[in-house]
Amino acid sequence: MPTRIDYDAKIPNNVELSDNRRLQRALEGWQPKFMHWWAEMGPALETQGVYLRTAVSVGRDGWAHFDHVVPQDYRWGIFLSERDPDRRIAFGEHRGEPAWQQVPGEYRADLQRLIVIQGDTEPASVEQQKLLGLTAPSLYDLRNLFQVNVEEGRHLWAMVYLLHAYFGKEGREEAEALLHRNSGSPDTPRILGAFNEETADWLAFYMFTYFTDRDGKYQLGTLKESAFDPLSRTCEFMLKEEAHHMFVGTTGVDRVVTRSAELIREHDTMDIAAHGGIPLDIIQRYLNFHYTVSLDLFGSETSTNAANYYTAGLKGRWMETRRKDDHQLTEDAALLEKPQDDGTWTAEEMQKILLLNLDLRGEYIADCSSGVKRWNKILADAGIDFRFRLPHPGFNRKVGINSGHHITPDGTIVDEATWERSRKHWLPTDEDLAFVRSLMHPVYERGKIASWVAPPRQGINGKPFDYEYVYL
Amino acid sequence: MTTVSFDRHPDSYRHWRLRIEPPLAWLEMDVDEQGGLVPGYELKLNSYDLGVDIELYDAVQRLRFEHPEVRAVILTSAKDKVFCAGANIRMLAGSPHEWKVNFCKFTNETRNGIEDATENSGQIYLAAVNGSCAGGGYEIALACEKILLVDDNSSTVALPEVPLLGVLPGTGGLTRVTDKRRVRKDRADVFVTRPDGVKGRTAVDWRLVDELVPRQEFRAVVEQRARELAARSNRPENAQGIVLEPLQRTEDDDRIAYPNTTAELDRAAGVVTITVRGPRADGWLLAMTRELDDLILRLRTNEPELGTWVFRTEGDPDAVLAAEREVLTGSDWLSNEVLHYYKRTLKRLDVTSRSLIALIEPGGCFAGVLLELALACDRQYMLDGPPIDDEDSDERAAIVLSDANFGAFPMGNGLSRLESRFYGEHDHLDWLKRERDRRLSAGEAVELGLVTEAPDDIDWEDEIRIVLEGRAALSPDALTGMEANHRFVGPETIETKIFGRLTAWQNWIFTRPNASGPEGALRRYGTGQKASFDRKRV
Repeated sequence: MPTRIDYDAKIPNNVELSDNRRLQRALEGWQPKFMHWWAEMGPALETQGVYLRTAVSVGRDGWAHFDHVVPQDYRWGIFLSERDPDRRIAFGEHRGEPAWQQVPGEYRADLQRLIVIQGDTEPASVEQQKLLGLTAPSLYDLRNLFQVNVEEGRHLWAMVYLLHAYFGKEGREEAEALLHRNSGSPDTPRILGAFNEETADWLAFYMFTYFTDRDGKYQLGTLKESAFDPLSRTCEFMLKEEAHHMFVGTTGVDRVVTRSAELIREHDTMDIAAHGGIPLDIIQRYLNFHYTVSLDLFGSETSTNAANYYTAGLKGRWMETRRKDDHQLTEDAALLEKPQDDGTWTAEEMQKILLLNLDLRGEYIADCSSGVKRWNKILADAGIDFRFRLPHPGFNRKVGINSGHHITPDGTIVDEATWERSRKHWLPTDEDLAFVRSLMHPVYERGKIASWVAPPRQGINGKPFDYEYVYL
Repeated sequence: MTTVSFDRHPDSYRHWRLRIEPPLAWLEMDVDEQGGLVPGYELKLNSYDLGVDIELYDAVQRLRFEHPEVRAVILTSAKDKVFCAGANIRMLAGSPHEWKVNFCKFTNETRNGIEDATENSGQIYLAAVNGSCAGGGYEIALACEKILLVDDNSSTVALPEVPLLGVLPGTGGLTRVTDKRRVRKDRADVFVTRPDGVKGRTAVDWRLVDELVPRQEFRAVVEQRARELAARSNRPENAQGIVLEPLQRTEDDDRIAYPNTTAELDRAAGVVTITVRGPRADGWLLAMTRELDDLILRLRTNEPELGTWVFRTEGDPDAVLAAEREVLTGSDWLSNEVLHYYKRTLKRLDVTSRSLIALIEPGGCFAGVLLELALACDRQYMLDGPPIDDEDSDERAAIVLSDANFGAFPMGNGLSRLESRFYGEHDHLDWLKRERDRRLSAGEAVELGLVTEAPDDIDWEDEIRIVLEGRAALSPDALTGMEANHRFVGPETIETKIFGRLTAWQNWIFTRPNASGPEGALRRYGTGQKASFDRKRV
């Protein structure tokens, strides 16, 4: 498997597409449909060139190339991580057997479903972020938005490649359907709830790339462990790209907090709205919202589907190969915290294999906390007492054991009326959203930035902040 | 388990004597107690196992093809005071489930074949019950057109399975008593729950037998009645039979090959690929049918873990249609026999507990009679594109409908496979009739509903691989039940009731502890100990 990417081909790839007539024909049939979708549903802002990175190799070093590209001319392609010819299945009943290079007929339906669900999220976020370019706080941010968008587009290509290459006619039909569902569409919405929420402003964008894309990172991490090797290799490379999205989220929230802290110090008040900053309690409410809808993406805490996928070898755990256990999980037990109608929490012991979604969610929550720590350090360094916190995982949930209960951010179970009365303190209100939107004025001048966010400490690829990242 | 062969010849029968006295034939059961197919039981009292029944099947077949001069067949026993005690209980008790089920299926098919000879060949069977006749023994008699019972004041007919063994008379007994002989259901209930059976006048009154014959006159009356039946026959005068030569079969571990049919056995995948070749010589349809029949029986009996059979064909569709025309339009007795034999062989497929998948590819000849094979399958895949190994070729897969597909080979439900596929859709069937006798492309076959899918050459290999792998992953039991349900739509017949109702109940009872458990009736039979039942009604 060459790691060099063939950019001379109509579809850039490192999977020797030119040798596979069947796949090439299928993908070349899909390509114009994708371009049509991008034109319809992609970024609304037109540009003359964006300083984007493009994958040139999937190896450890030097895989990215930077240059100004008009987004619709971006060379979307198919890149898989290098194949390990000795790779073996790490878990489940096939543990120790060689990884599959073909879809076993027995698991076709399940694998196809997993790939479709993952694939459905990728174009969804592009659709959700369609209008953001019109209100970008700087050229640097605008560039990052486009980078995220083209890479979500590439991730769609990655999933479509798998559907086309391994799932025959049904796979091709599913690949088309990925373009026909649209975020927030009343008739054909995206499959998962969080991907039908609007990303209305840039604070929401930073929160989305921090929390929701981070869910994507963990889902890809489980698919990277899959016994189906092409899926594993696809996800491994997607994870490298995904790191940039995390970076946009982490530094984006950093910069908002930094700016708010500056304004609090400068004006000696927490109420910085009048000074063009975003008050910390609004940031906390945004955090609460994006964090909790992202938790929903992990599915129900107990899941026989996840257990079946695990046993079959389709989907593993985060860092499966580094875990020190039997990789079967039928003998081990874990505790599940359950809310009760009487307002108490009980812990139920269950087979670990039934709690795989909870396991993944635990890894995710630990990762999310590190961001909160960063942001609190900014406040501490500025001598501000306010601290951000992640709400209790039972708070504001639509999916899983908590969904029928009313749980406050600190984990107290209350009745519906009590919860609704406090809602405005916990989740963004219409006024919050309107206020944040009122700050969203585009700043397209080189080196300039909007009032509510601090400039980044570094530019992209060693370029300064005032570099002309986007030609408008 | 040793490999079971179905090759037999009257010269070396161990359990039967076949005597031809035109227009009659005497088929006498004389089971060799030491001649069991598998060690571990003695075939006492003319009880039978699969080996005994394979000889019976051979005799019934040969009578039809080799002896057109025979118009009535007297089925009787060569033993004194005993006609037949039925299937051997020790054999049943000691056999694994799939063996019991496969044994019952084969014996049922042979009983149906006896009725088919009576109905369609003018070779009418008469049971001369010259001694006690129980269980499977009486079920053999039930397959005959007439039953004569010796009136010796002791010989009975009986179906004692329920009271003695805790199982059913599963070789058509329950069905034929009520549906064929029209025994009233309350009398049938009494009869089937009595271990000692019914004799004399009552047996006649209840229609369990047709006539009582005094012991002294038994042979003479039997012969007289057989001659009366023979007089009703439409078998031709002075016809010359043909000899069913031994099959030319070569075998190794993963292949069974005949001149017209080859099976490739893929044990890892659990798949058999059966390739049927079109005509290259005269007499193809009979030769191919014999091979296919033998192959089905061998695979069913010897390869229970190969759960999917893939059917392919190779050859010229026009040659197939020419060969079938000769037989379909021939009004001679032999053409008639060939058609009915092919019909019975297709019926074997219909009741075979394997997933059947037809692959229709360029170079194949799924036309007319061979298209029936594809229609008997659970799914049909047709390649819409050039041959996989030659993408520049202009050759494309085609299927051809002919008269053969519109009633010449009815299924057990009395319908053609097309009528079953499009049950109640008369307009569609009319449309199909108008499309007879021309090559239908993959696109047309899809439009006409004759194939499940028509993947193109790009998708073909992957689609088929995934279909076969997916099939192999499913529960074999659920598949057997599912397929049997889908294959037989519409009306019930004695045949569908035997295979779909009686057999299904029997197979359930066979696996229940009340029959097969250590304290079950089947296992305790003959030990002097009483069975202990779980009393819950299910």
